[in-house]
Amino acid sequence: MKIAYYPGCTLKNKAKALDRYARESAEFLGFELCEIENWQCCGGAYTSAKDEIATKLPSVRALANGRDNGGRVLTVCSACYNVLKQTNHEFKVNADFDRRVNNYMAPDMEYHGEGEVIHFLELLRDEVGFDELAKKVVKPLTGKKIAAYYGCLLLRPSCVLKFDDPENPKIMEDFIRALGAEPVIYSMRNECCGGYITLEDKSAAKKRASAVAENALEMGADFMITACPLCEYNIKKNSDEKIEVKYFTEVLAEALGLID
Amino acid sequence: MEQKRKEQILRMSGAEVRKCMKCGKCSATCPSYDEMEYHPHQFVAMVNEGNIEKLMESESIYKCLTCFACVERCPRGVEPAKVVEAVRLEVIRQQGKNRLKQDDIPAKLDEDTPGQLLMTAMRKYAK
Repeated sequence: MKIAYYPGCTLKNKAKALDRYARESAEFLGFELCEIENWQCCGGAYTSAKDEIATKLPSVRALANGRDNGGRVLTVCSACYNVLKQTNHEFKVNADFDRRVNNYMAPDMEYHGEGEVIHFLELLRDEVGFDELAKKVVKPLTGKKIAAYYGCLLLRPSCVLKFDDPENPKIMEDFIRALGAEPVIYSMRNECCGGYITLEDKSAAKKRASAVAENALEMGADFMITACPLCEYNIKKNSDEKIEVKYFTEVLAEALGLID
Repeated sequence: MEQKRKEQILRMSGAEVRKCMKCGKCSATCPSYDEMEYHPHQFVAMVNEGNIEKLMESESIYKCLTCFACVERCPRGVEPAKVVEAVRLEVIRQQGKNRLKQDDIPAKLDEDTPGQLLMTAMRKYAK
């Protein structure tokens, strides 16, 4: 099955592993990720101001492209998922936004929120199925204790994203079990890594990242998985306690026997 | 002036500050609490009172991480993070008021800085 794919800026440089192993795993599982032509960066953050239009247009163009190519857009990066999905939602609740956005769209590319946004983890859960995924695992990660790090972008605002229970998510834990490993439950898994404040206030960023890493290590994690390049960067760079951070697609590809 | 500013912030944020019952859960869950002079519940209360200039002059507007913990956990659906964002935009949208300038970026880079970080910071700290 072909799915329109929006990789996003960071998957093209600093997070190439997130992109590469998503494509390879998808192909192995029977999906072809078709990169949207001429996509532009989502901006990394959704601006909640209702009058903000220009910064949301790249997302709208990606959404329109997805609508015209199978009805949906798949993302792997947490930020792209959050921004595209919140942008799509705004069409449903804000007629002024719809009207003003379409002032900028080509006449044959009008968009009114018809498309859908899907995260790669949702594809695994809802279309492959974790039970089926488990059957395809050839190199189970037996004995590994893995801390799933959700951060904020995959889960909130939950009324819009509807990704998982925002306070007690389980999609990544079920994913970890499907790969034969043991998920580590820790309270900071849905708290912020510090995000963009690392450019503004290093000491604040260090406090946030350290709190997450310490908590995961305390609960016995061997390493952490994430879908977010900024979480990966902050935990690696800003945490006092060192913990290995991998992208979820990398451990998936490993378990599927796609990495030598 | 303050009344007009309040109307503008309420329009931009879409937040219903009058629904706040002052339970303080937003500030209790805020990861940037220690960094802030004014905390999320104070943003909500001060915007409601039309006491906005103090917020605009405070560093607190740059400390919010937009992690939406306060939005998710507010029992009244007040959406404090959207209020903070609207106050910050009220400042940043003025001429010459970008917090982060493109020329500042090279000095802040390291070999692993993801593009996502630069884009997000420019969205939050510049127009």
